Amino acid sequence: MTRMRKRTTAVGATALTGAVLLALSGCGKADMTKQTSPFAAAAGTKTVTLSTQTWVGAQSNVAVAKYLLEHELGYQVDTVQVDETPAWDALSQGRVDAIMEDWGHPAQEKMYVDEKKTIVDGGDLGVDGHIGWWVPKYWADKHPDVLNWKNLNKYAKQLRTAESGNKGQLMDGSPSYVTNDKALVKNLKLDYEVVFAGSEAAQITQMQQFAKEKKPFLTYWYAPHWLFNQLPLEEVKLPKYTDECAEKGTKDPESIDCAYPTTPLKKFFNADFAKGDSPAAKFLKNFKWSVEDQNYVSELIADKHMSAEDAAASWVKKNRDVWQKWLPKK
Amino acid sequence: MSAATTSPATAAAGASPRAARLTASLRHGALGKLLVLAVAAAVLVPLVNAKWASGVWPDALTVDLSGPFGDASTWIVDNRDSHWFFVYFLGHLSNGVVISVRAVYLCLLALGWTGVTALVTLVAWRVAGLRIAVTALLSLAVSGVLGMWVPTMQTIALMVVSVLVSIVVGAVLGLAGGLSDRMFRLLRPVLDTMQVLPAFAYLLPFVMVFGIGVPAALLATVIYAAPPMARLTALGLRGADAGVLEAVSSLGATGRQRLLTARLPLARKELLLGVNQTIMMALSMVVIASMIGAAGLGDRVYQALASVDVGSALAASIPIVLLAIVMDRTTAKAGERLGDGQGTGPAWLRGRFVWPAVAVVTALAVLAGRLAGSLIWPSGAVVDIAPPVNHFKEWMVDHLYSGIPVIGGTADWAAGFTSWVLNPLRDGLTALPWWGALLIVAALAWLIGTWRTALTATVALAVIGVLGVWVPSMNTLSQVLSALVVTLVVGIGVGVLAAGSARMEKILRPVLDVCQTMPQFVYLIPVVALFGVGRAPAAAAAVVYALPAVIRITTQGLRQVSPAAMESARSLGATRWQQLRQVQLPLAKPALLLAVNQGVVLVLAVVIIGGLVGGGALGYDVVTGLSKGDLGLGMIAGIAIVCLGLMLDRVTQPTDRRAGKGA
Repeated sequence: MTRMRKRTTAVGATALTGAVLLALSGCGKADMTKQTSPFAAAAGTKTVTLSTQTWVGAQSNVAVAKYLLEHELGYQVDTVQVDETPAWDALSQGRVDAIMEDWGHPAQEKMYVDEKKTIVDGGDLGVDGHIGWWVPKYWADKHPDVLNWKNLNKYAKQLRTAESGNKGQLMDGSPSYVTNDKALVKNLKLDYEVVFAGSEAAQITQMQQFAKEKKPFLTYWYAPHWLFNQLPLEEVKLPKYTDECAEKGTKDPESIDCAYPTTPLKKFFNADFAKGDSPAAKFLKNFKWSVEDQNYVSELIADKHMSAEDAAASWVKKNRDVWQKWLPKK
Repeated sequence: MSAATTSPATAAAGASPRAARLTASLRHGALGKLLVLAVAAAVLVPLVNAKWASGVWPDALTVDLSGPFGDASTWIVDNRDSHWFFVYFLGHLSNGVVISVRAVYLCLLALGWTGVTALVTLVAWRVAGLRIAVTALLSLAVSGVLGMWVPTMQTIALMVVSVLVSIVVGAVLGLAGGLSDRMFRLLRPVLDTMQVLPAFAYLLPFVMVFGIGVPAALLATVIYAAPPMARLTALGLRGADAGVLEAVSSLGATGRQRLLTARLPLARKELLLGVNQTIMMALSMVVIASMIGAAGLGDRVYQALASVDVGSALAASIPIVLLAIVMDRTTAKAGERLGDGQGTGPAWLRGRFVWPAVAVVTALAVLAGRLAGSLIWPSGAVVDIAPPVNHFKEWMVDHLYSGIPVIGGTADWAAGFTSWVLNPLRDGLTALPWWGALLIVAALAWLIGTWRTALTATVALAVIGVLGVWVPSMNTLSQVLSALVVTLVVGIGVGVLAAGSARMEKILRPVLDVCQTMPQFVYLIPVVALFGVGRAPAAAAAVVYALPAVIRITTQGLRQVSPAAMESARSLGATRWQQLRQVQLPLAKPALLLAVNQGVVLVLAVVIIGGLVGGGALGYDVVTGLSKGDLGLGMIAGIAIVCLGLMLDRVTQPTDRRAGKGA
């Protein structure tokens, strides 16, 4: 008798748990795209979720957008830190409303913008992005001919490290960055070894360390970046970027033998967010600033170790005329 | 086979002293085994060499899995909004997670900083005593002072839910494993994989299914944290005193009654240890989970690193370390106390009305907090430790990096270590013909184990080749081996010192606690600043992480050597060194072997972190897989890491003949 009752309770408990789970999530279908962060503000407030990437420039965009959305438009802004490719995925699912700085992801654009139409183009950020090879200015001043790739082999010896062995070291950064460096070294017949720092933090730390000792180094790097203000770098000229070369590269990445393109950085929005025509969407669409603006905020964050919010506030106070134009007309 | 070769030797040497017998049997058995392998090699190698003459693993013997992995990820992306499995099952799971975490978080916010502090302190006092209660109080205060109150609450909310889920999942698995032998055998490799497979490798599938954010992060944490609970539950159930069980059965108890009234209560110490271990594992995932948007303290650490700000990263890490210490001590103490029938604390915390009393005091604290006006830590009482920490780091790097007379700076050490240890080892392992590597592994594993372990080790290595990651794996192996040797030499050395001196052990304890619980991400930048980018900092990070466990296990092992044996050695006039070498170390062999095993596991756990500081190879591939959304790349590299771990374990852990061992 007791056993019988116990079994019924067990079954009952299981059924109950299932029912509660169902009831909690509103019965039937569970739309995974309509899910918010458990730490988001209570219902009723207007919220926007922005994705921030690991590099500081991207954090500056988000910091200023967040500051203005909160102080001028009365939104609650959540930020989510995540790598670029997963961020596109999150954007398509509506977990994130906007990516403020994208360096070009053709495969994702094709899939989500053209085919699935879950993501829409948000316009230019106003900043041009450029990837290249750079050496410190103090070294380039002494050896100006290092600034052409044709002379690089002459300097390979000076750039040797324990990690690169008998060859010169070309330092690359985080695995999430776009890079053709291995192919470039091979196709341009350079006596160099590509050493991956593995993360931007590691790469910056190493560069600062080299600079402290005034040692020469050659690194993959990108502009705009706050580090230029602190540690002047000069770009090494690579064979000119052409459309044919790019086309060849899309077919076979191993064959690339020219420089990286300069790309206008873009914003991307979740389609539903952009369609809603909310003040936030309009504001983010209008958001467009200059390299100097971005670097001003970035340097405060990264070099002066200011909080992102304080850095954004500082820029906002000084540049009223710039951001006034972004606010949607009432 | 090994039984046949070893037993005559053992019998013949029956009367001689133990050590001599052991060497004799080894020599005899070893010769036989080597002979068999040599014959096998003589037949197979020419054949293999004729067909695929190359040093690295031949392409003909690889299987390219990136296609199927790619298809799988496309399928997920195409179907997750419509397929019933996502819509009716995973979707609810995901919503359930969000709702539970939010519920806990809102409770914590409603209690306010006064309420949370009062509640945690009182509970710690009740279950673990005054000292730990004071630690808990101070820890919460410190996270408030560091300006980390809100992220700390977010992390606690995540921890509460993920630990609860892990315990339930672990207990269910453990129950199955404890009650059925077949399940137990089936479960072991599954649990091993769950723990050794780098979390980075399975973060991506979770992100694809659940999207970024709390649900994916929480479920990834569960995968990592549930195994210890499952293992210890199964262990506890299996270890229950047979006599007691028989007595219970003879009283006519049904199977279920026996489980509930005898086996589970008898296993409660193991169960509590399982809870303790689960909490620690879950906390160690805090930063990694933040890479897919889990918020909380881990997120602060991760964001601070992006701007190369060690000070802020440390400020967010200290609460993680303190949380870990408080939770560890509380649950460990509760485990020790189990069964002595009384709690601790002042009289009013001991009576029948404990919990109502705790509730009333907490309520009063909440009220006081509300009257004082702020539910989160008052912003006036916050200290910014980032600038001084960054200054200290700069100072340290300036003075240690290079140019120290005689011993050289850290940069010189790193360069030397890379040129003289890592490079030759890597080049040697890469140049070694693949069949040669298989033979060496087979020989080593067979010499100290059985043919089964040798087979497992060899197959594990072969899988690496088949997956097409032979070269990066050999590179990673060279890093792991050198880090392992450094860890063992330093760890066992310090362990011996600590075992000899109680004061030394006392001084070491907090240092080891911090090394073990400090998120590995925090020492990423200091390690690069000191050792430069490359494989040397990766090895350094691995040593820092694996050292504490090795030191602890060694110390404990040496301490537990029977005092009688030590006494008799002393009375025979043995010097301290002789005692150590001839009595203590041989008797502590099981502990030392465990230290080696833990060294392997922990060093491998840092391979990924190594990928972030220039270690390259497998670690870099896993990180690339996650950041580029390449499921195949990350998973294959992750599986290769698991295989390396399996191979190293079988090659270093002597196994008795498995007969009669059950699993």
